[in-house]
Amino acid sequence: MSLLQDKDREQVQQLFAGLSNPVKLVMFTQELDCEFCAQTRELVEEVASLSDTITAEVYNFALDKEKAQEYGVEKIPAVAVVGDKDYGIRFYGIPSGYEFSSLLESIMDVSAQDSGLSETTSTFLASLKDPLHIQVFVTPT
Amino acid sequence: MALESDLVSADTVEATEFPQLAAKYRVQGVPRTVVNETIHFEGALPEGRLVAELKKKLAAA
Repeated sequence: MSLLQDKDREQVQQLFAGLSNPVKLVMFTQELDCEFCAQTRELVEEVASLSDTITAEVYNFALDKEKAQEYGVEKIPAVAVVGDKDYGIRFYGIPSGYEFSSLLESIMDVSAQDSGLSETTSTFLASLKDPLHIQVFVTPT
Repeated sequence: MALESDLVSADTVEATEFPQLAAKYRVQGVPRTVVNETIHFEGALPEGRLVAELKKKLAAA
Protein backbone atom coordinates (compact mmCIF):
# COMPACT_ATOMS: atom_id res chain seq x y z
CA MET A 1 0.00 0.00 0.00
CA SER A 2 1.44 3.31 -1.02
CA LEU A 3 1.16 6.09 1.53
CA LEU A 4 1.77 8.77 -1.07
CA GLN A 5 -0.70 9.51 -3.81
CA ASP A 6 0.48 9.29 -7.41
CA LYS A 7 0.67 13.01 -7.98
CA ASP A 8 2.54 13.45 -4.68
CA ARG A 9 5.04 10.79 -5.71
CA GLU A 10 5.61 12.62 -9.00
CA GLN A 11 6.09 15.95 -7.26
CA VAL A 12 8.55 14.47 -4.79
CA GLN A 13 10.43 12.73 -7.57
CA GLN A 14 10.78 16.02 -9.38
CA LEU A 15 11.94 17.69 -6.21
CA PHE A 16 14.59 15.03 -5.77
CA ALA A 17 15.74 15.17 -9.39
CA GLY A 18 18.32 17.81 -8.55
CA LEU A 19 19.84 16.06 -5.53
CA SER A 20 23.61 16.17 -5.66
CA ASN A 21 24.98 14.18 -2.74
CA PRO A 22 23.73 10.91 -1.25
CA VAL A 23 21.41 10.98 1.72
CA LYS A 24 20.70 8.14 4.11
CA LEU A 25 17.46 7.90 6.00
CA VAL A 26 18.48 5.91 9.06
CA MET A 27 15.40 4.61 10.72
CA PHE A 28 14.84 2.93 14.07
CA THR A 29 11.70 0.92 14.60
CA GLN A 30 10.33 -2.20 16.24
CA GLU A 31 7.55 -4.68 15.62
CA LEU A 32 5.49 -4.39 18.78
CA ASP A 33 4.47 -1.60 21.09
CA CYS A 34 4.90 1.20 18.61
CA GLU A 35 1.78 2.60 17.08
CA PHE A 36 3.27 4.42 14.10
CA CYS A 37 6.43 2.42 13.50
CA ALA A 38 5.12 0.35 10.60
CA GLN A 39 3.67 3.35 8.79
CA THR A 40 6.78 5.43 9.33
CA ARG A 41 8.91 2.64 7.97
CA GLU A 42 6.70 2.39 4.89
CA LEU A 43 6.88 6.12 4.36
CA VAL A 44 10.66 6.20 4.74
CA GLU A 45 11.12 3.32 2.31
CA GLU A 46 8.75 4.95 -0.13
CA VAL A 47 10.59 8.27 -0.01
CA ALA A 48 13.92 6.49 -0.50
CA SER A 49 12.52 4.67 -3.52
CA LEU A 50 11.84 7.97 -5.26
CA SER A 51 15.50 8.78 -5.81
CA ASP A 52 18.69 6.83 -6.41
CA THR A 53 20.48 9.34 -4.22
CA ILE A 54 18.43 8.40 -1.16
CA THR A 55 18.81 5.14 0.72
CA ALA A 56 16.87 3.83 3.69
CA GLU A 57 18.63 1.94 6.46
CA VAL A 58 16.21 0.37 8.90
CA TYR A 59 17.31 -0.83 12.31
CA ASN A 60 15.44 -2.60 15.06
CA PHE A 61 15.50 -0.45 18.18
CA ALA A 62 15.51 -3.44 20.52
CA LEU A 63 18.02 -5.59 18.62
CA ASP A 64 20.38 -2.98 17.19
CA LYS A 65 21.05 -1.24 20.49
CA GLU A 66 24.58 -0.18 19.55
CA LYS A 67 23.37 1.55 16.43
CA ALA A 68 20.65 3.29 18.40
CA GLN A 69 23.28 4.50 20.85
CA GLU A 70 25.52 5.63 18.01
CA TYR A 71 22.73 7.84 16.75
CA GLY A 72 21.61 8.87 20.23
CA VAL A 73 18.16 7.47 19.58
CA GLU A 74 16.11 6.77 22.71
CA LYS A 75 12.57 6.81 21.33
CA ILE A 76 10.90 5.50 18.22
CA PRO A 77 9.93 5.75 15.46
CA ALA A 78 13.06 7.78 14.74
CA VAL A 79 14.51 8.90 11.43
CA ALA A 80 17.97 10.43 11.13
CA VAL A 81 18.68 12.35 7.94
CA VAL A 82 22.35 11.69 7.26
CA GLY A 83 24.56 12.96 4.47
CA ASP A 84 28.33 12.93 4.21
CA LYS A 85 28.14 13.01 7.99
CA ASP A 86 25.59 12.96 10.77
CA TYR A 87 24.46 16.53 11.37
CA GLY A 88 22.20 15.63 14.29
CA ILE A 89 18.94 15.95 12.40
CA ARG A 90 16.20 13.68 13.76
CA PHE A 91 12.49 13.17 13.24
CA TYR A 92 10.65 11.41 16.05
CA GLY A 93 7.18 10.11 15.37
CA ILE A 94 5.58 9.77 11.98
CA PRO A 95 6.54 12.69 9.73
CA SER A 96 3.12 13.23 8.19
CA GLY A 97 1.27 16.32 7.05
CA TYR A 98 3.29 19.47 7.46
CA GLU A 99 6.23 17.54 8.89
CA PHE A 100 6.51 15.61 5.67
CA SER A 101 7.62 18.76 3.86
CA SER A 102 10.08 19.39 6.68
CA LEU A 103 11.49 15.94 6.07
CA LEU A 104 11.79 16.59 2.35
CA GLU A 105 13.47 19.91 3.00
CA SER A 106 15.95 18.28 5.37
CA ILE A 107 16.82 15.76 2.68
CA MET A 108 17.35 18.56 0.16
CA ASP A 109 19.50 20.63 2.54
CA VAL A 110 21.60 17.66 3.67
CA SER A 111 22.17 16.60 0.07
CA ALA A 112 23.15 20.12 -0.96
CA GLN A 113 25.31 20.35 2.18
CA ASP A 114 23.96 23.86 2.42
CA SER A 115 21.84 25.10 5.28
CA GLY A 116 20.53 28.08 3.31
CA LEU A 117 20.79 30.21 6.42
CA SER A 118 21.56 33.91 6.55
CA GLU A 119 24.95 35.38 7.36
CA THR A 120 23.72 36.66 10.71
CA THR A 121 22.69 33.16 11.66
CA SER A 122 26.00 31.73 10.47
CA THR A 123 27.88 34.26 12.59
CA PHE A 124 25.77 33.34 15.60
CA LEU A 125 26.44 29.64 15.03
CA ALA A 126 30.15 30.22 14.67
CA SER A 127 30.11 31.97 18.06
CA LEU A 128 28.65 28.98 19.92
CA LYS A 129 30.87 27.37 22.51
CA ASP A 130 28.48 24.78 23.92
CA PRO A 131 26.13 22.27 22.32
CA LEU A 132 22.71 23.49 21.33
CA HIS A 133 19.97 20.86 21.40
CA ILE A 134 16.82 22.06 19.66
CA GLN A 135 13.57 20.12 19.99
CA VAL A 136 10.55 21.26 18.03
CA PHE A 137 7.24 19.76 19.16
CA VAL A 138 4.60 19.43 16.48
CA THR A 139 1.33 17.61 15.89
CA PRO A 140 0.18 15.78 12.77
CA THR A 141 -1.91 17.97 10.51
CA MET B 1 21.26 25.19 12.01
CA ALA B 2 22.12 21.60 12.83
CA LEU B 3 23.46 21.26 9.32
CA GLU B 4 25.77 24.20 9.67
CA SER B 5 27.15 23.66 13.17
CA ASP B 6 28.57 20.52 14.73
CA LEU B 7 27.42 21.81 18.09
CA VAL B 8 23.77 21.97 17.07
CA SER B 9 21.39 19.03 16.92
CA ALA B 10 17.75 19.35 15.89
CA ASP B 11 14.84 17.03 16.70
CA THR B 12 11.33 17.29 15.35
CA VAL B 13 9.11 15.51 17.86
CA GLU B 14 5.55 14.52 17.16
CA ALA B 15 3.84 15.48 20.43
CA THR B 16 0.86 13.11 20.37
CA GLU B 17 3.14 10.09 19.97
CA PHE B 18 5.36 11.07 22.88
CA PRO B 19 2.98 12.39 25.52
CA GLN B 20 5.48 11.99 28.37
CA LEU B 21 7.91 14.30 26.60
CA ALA B 22 5.16 16.72 25.74
CA ALA B 23 4.18 16.75 29.41
CA LYS B 24 7.79 17.15 30.53
CA TYR B 25 8.17 20.32 28.48
CA ARG B 26 4.57 21.44 29.08
CA VAL B 27 3.71 21.47 25.41
CA GLN B 28 0.19 22.83 25.10
CA GLY B 29 0.20 24.44 21.69
CA VAL B 30 2.42 23.62 18.77
CA PRO B 31 4.83 24.33 17.48
CA ARG B 32 6.75 24.66 20.72
CA THR B 33 10.53 24.77 20.51
CA VAL B 34 12.68 23.73 23.43
CA VAL B 35 16.38 24.57 23.39
CA ASN B 36 18.80 22.87 25.77
CA GLU B 37 15.93 21.75 27.99
CA THR B 38 15.27 25.17 29.48
CA ILE B 39 14.66 27.75 26.77
CA HIS B 40 11.15 27.73 25.27
CA PHE B 41 9.62 29.37 22.22
CA GLU B 42 5.97 29.28 21.21
CA GLY B 43 4.80 29.40 17.66
CA ALA B 44 6.72 29.50 14.43
CA LEU B 45 9.56 31.99 14.52
CA PRO B 46 11.22 33.32 11.39
CA GLU B 47 14.96 32.65 11.26
CA GLY B 48 16.06 36.18 12.17
CA ARG B 49 13.87 36.34 15.26
CA LEU B 50 14.82 32.86 16.44
CA VAL B 51 18.50 33.74 16.32
CA ALA B 52 17.95 37.10 18.03
CA GLU B 53 15.91 35.47 20.80
CA LEU B 54 18.43 32.65 21.21
CA LYS B 55 21.27 35.12 21.59
CA LYS B 56 19.40 36.96 24.35
CA LYS B 57 18.30 33.87 26.23
CA LEU B 58 21.64 32.09 25.97
CA ALA B 59 23.39 35.16 27.31
CA ALA B 60 20.96 35.30 30.22
CA ALA B 61 21.20 31.60 31.05
